[in-house]
Amino acid sequence: MRIIISACSVVRDPRATPKPLLQQSSWSSLWHLEAETSEAMSNGSAGSRPPDMTNPGRPRAQESFPEPPLMKAVFTHLSYGILILLGHVCDFLRKLGMKRDPYTEALKNEDLFKMNLDFEMFFTRNIYRRIRDCWNRPIASAPGAYTDLVDRVSDDCNWTFRYTGTKTNCLNLGSYNYLGFAENTGPCADAAYQSTLDYGAGTCSPARELGTLDVHKKLEALVARFVGKPAALVFGMGFATNSMNIPALMGKGCLIVSNELNHASIVTGAKLSGATVKVFKHNSVKSLEAILRRAVTDGQPRTHRPWRKILILVEGVYSMEGSLAPLPEIVQLKKKYKAYVYLDEAHSIGAMGPTGRGVCEYWGVDPADIDIMMGTFTKSFGAAGGYIAANQDVINYLRGASHSTTYATSVPAPVAQQIITSMTIIMGDDGTKEGEKRVAQLLDNSRYFRQRLTEMNFIVYGNEDSPVVPILLYEPGKVTSFSRELLKKKIAVVVVGFPATSIVEARARICLSASHTRDMLDYALKEINEVGDLLLLKK
Amino acid sequence: MESGPVDLGGFYGTVDIHLELEERLAKFTGREEAIIYSYGFATISSAIPAYSKRRDIIFCDEGVCFAVQKGLAASRSKIKYFRHNDMDHLEQLLEEQLKLDKKNPAKEKVTRKFIVAEALYMNHGDLCPLPKLVEFRNRYRTPIFLEESLSFGVLGEHGRGATEHWGLKPGDVDLICASLETAMGSTGGFCAGKSYVVDHQRLSGIGYCFSASMPPMLAAASIKGLDIMEGSPQIFSQLRDKAVAMRRLLRGTPGLRVCGESVNPVIHLQLACPSSSRDTDDELLERVARECIDSGVAVVVAKYLKEELKLPPASLRVTVCVELSEDELEKAAKVIKTAAAKHIL
Repeated sequence: MRIIISACSVVRDPRATPKPLLQQSSWSSLWHLEAETSEAMSNGSAGSRPPDMTNPGRPRAQESFPEPPLMKAVFTHLSYGILILLGHVCDFLRKLGMKRDPYTEALKNEDLFKMNLDFEMFFTRNIYRRIRDCWNRPIASAPGAYTDLVDRVSDDCNWTFRYTGTKTNCLNLGSYNYLGFAENTGPCADAAYQSTLDYGAGTCSPARELGTLDVHKKLEALVARFVGKPAALVFGMGFATNSMNIPALMGKGCLIVSNELNHASIVTGAKLSGATVKVFKHNSVKSLEAILRRAVTDGQPRTHRPWRKILILVEGVYSMEGSLAPLPEIVQLKKKYKAYVYLDEAHSIGAMGPTGRGVCEYWGVDPADIDIMMGTFTKSFGAAGGYIAANQDVINYLRGASHSTTYATSVPAPVAQQIITSMTIIMGDDGTKEGEKRVAQLLDNSRYFRQRLTEMNFIVYGNEDSPVVPILLYEPGKVTSFSRELLKKKIAVVVVGFPATSIVEARARICLSASHTRDMLDYALKEINEVGDLLLLKK
Repeated sequence: MESGPVDLGGFYGTVDIHLELEERLAKFTGREEAIIYSYGFATISSAIPAYSKRRDIIFCDEGVCFAVQKGLAASRSKIKYFRHNDMDHLEQLLEEQLKLDKKNPAKEKVTRKFIVAEALYMNHGDLCPLPKLVEFRNRYRTPIFLEESLSFGVLGEHGRGATEHWGLKPGDVDLICASLETAMGSTGGFCAGKSYVVDHQRLSGIGYCFSASMPPMLAAASIKGLDIMEGSPQIFSQLRDKAVAMRRLLRGTPGLRVCGESVNPVIHLQLACPSSSRDTDDELLERVARECIDSGVAVVVAKYLKEELKLPPASLRVTVCVELSEDELEKAAKVIKTAAAKHIL
């Protein structure tokens, strides 16, 4: 009952600020600094807006988050309401034995896991299952600008899939291949291959034991130089870089102030650390300052002792929103309130900034002002794993205190070599202009694609310069149709809905790449335009 | 085949080679389905919170490794620890819970219970009495999660793990989790069990959903590893024989005692007379390890963090590889004994 009521009521979007619904203007900026009341902002605001680093004459890139139109919100809730009702009817029929499907067959034996208890399982069984052909689509090639999707069909409404044995070559708008390093030929692949011959596949040991190789030392020095910090440490998994190091840095008596839309790895790390966690509204400098001010004046609850440490956790680029954290303002706040900043650059390292050094370069912020810089190698480097870059003493401490360096195996040698080679190319140290070319191409693609989509009247979120372009779809039915229709046109896109996003804001998330040419983007735009008309996705 | 994944499993990060590896692992372990993770540590620490939530109860051995402890912490469930390998204590806890359940059947209906243990304990080296756990599972209707990182590719006639070693049916253990970074020598990990159980992790296992998938090259390495394991089943008994032989050779090491199950190739050499200071003990063992490395034998001091639930005793860890010959094992044991004699006594 609770579920139906909440699904049918208009859920207030936690990020909604009281703004009027968007009129017809195609590119009105709704995001503005909410720090008018803060003295720090009024003192430094004129100088704190960094110019566009590639074109000093260009005004600061705009971000926009249009409110969902009322009718779309109503229909979205109605859709979920109907799906939930249908789900309950199906469960009832299953109980009566009138509906036979693989789920009922599997549960013929006693379900020791009591999988029926959570809404999660209900959702998976009755809603997600119907449309799960849109996700987990296997590929059979490197995820470059084009990728081979393995064809599959379902004979039983998506309970199981059958592979037909064929593949379809599709334009890939879904993979995080920002700089096009997801290649199985070229200098990176050759170097990784040689590394496998020299070192083998896995290291079979944590970094603190026998798992530190000379390639790791080389990689760490390179990463530190790339991001502009004195030292760096690398880890085998990007997710684990957050979830296993935040607990090593923060503990009881510490305060973590985290953006409400931070990634699951940051949330896990914050939870496991034992520190107190407070959440501020997405990219709202006003909300962040209010929390910091409270923290400094009130101290810890009950004892009112000052917090041992205050850490602000933000991401460079938010992958579901396409937005950028307002780094200059956050740095000013951190200096004012003597807090620390932890910047997760999973989606921005390699992808933002004139030479791909990330959001610090993009905003013109000195890396020395960011206490801990974290990033992953999965997106722009075509590899795996993550890094943390900071001052030498922090890195020395982490080397001994990190859960990952003590218990988890280190980065496999071929992966480390892949990162070294790709990073060297991006920095231009290989003597070519390839890196520079790729970074510029990515920025050009991002701007072009977003601008064209906006001209076509699609509702698009995020920053103009961000390579992540979310197109809002709203209704669950449109989410699946968008994905399926584009697949028919041989375009692979990623769609995301509830519970990964808020209930009203299901979207297609386009990830642009330096390996996309103008022709590929034009083809994609043409097809998206047609599907957009078909599904009434435009404003 | 490139060495990076470039995407989440759910968003074009699943490569056909991952599907092949999952199928092969499921077949090898005799289960319906397997799911692979890109990081060994993330496997069990994501699997536990995928099933067990805030109001649920987990009966767990005190001696579990750090990855399991993090999984338990992430689940937010009520954890009831039983003394290491003490089945009577576990039975007592289960009986107490049964009494509480009888008093409040409505609560019992909405509370899940699990037993978590390791087949071969990483920190202690001993075997867990799995048949007894299975008996409790059947009697108290409490599913078992078994951590098999050290037993996969080690125990059992064909290296299928603890279930084969103890002569049990695959269905007796509800979910096994193992790292592919140990015996397999690759990267990542997997969970295997019934289809509807394992499938749940594809949406609820945070280390699976929110993380990039395994680099295809390393998945290929694991598949080749499975080919070798299936093609040469004699290597498992050879490995266990060498483990037994090495333990015999290391017996009588001055100042150190050999711990753990005889067939376990991971041998903990604990200090026979530990001092009151853990740092002193670790430093002493580091000197022994350094001496061994200088003499051409790489051994390590087992590293732990102070956040461990129960800090295991300081130990030197010697790992036997099936490719080492008898001569090499003898030479290594001699070097370790000499180093120990020099520094400890």
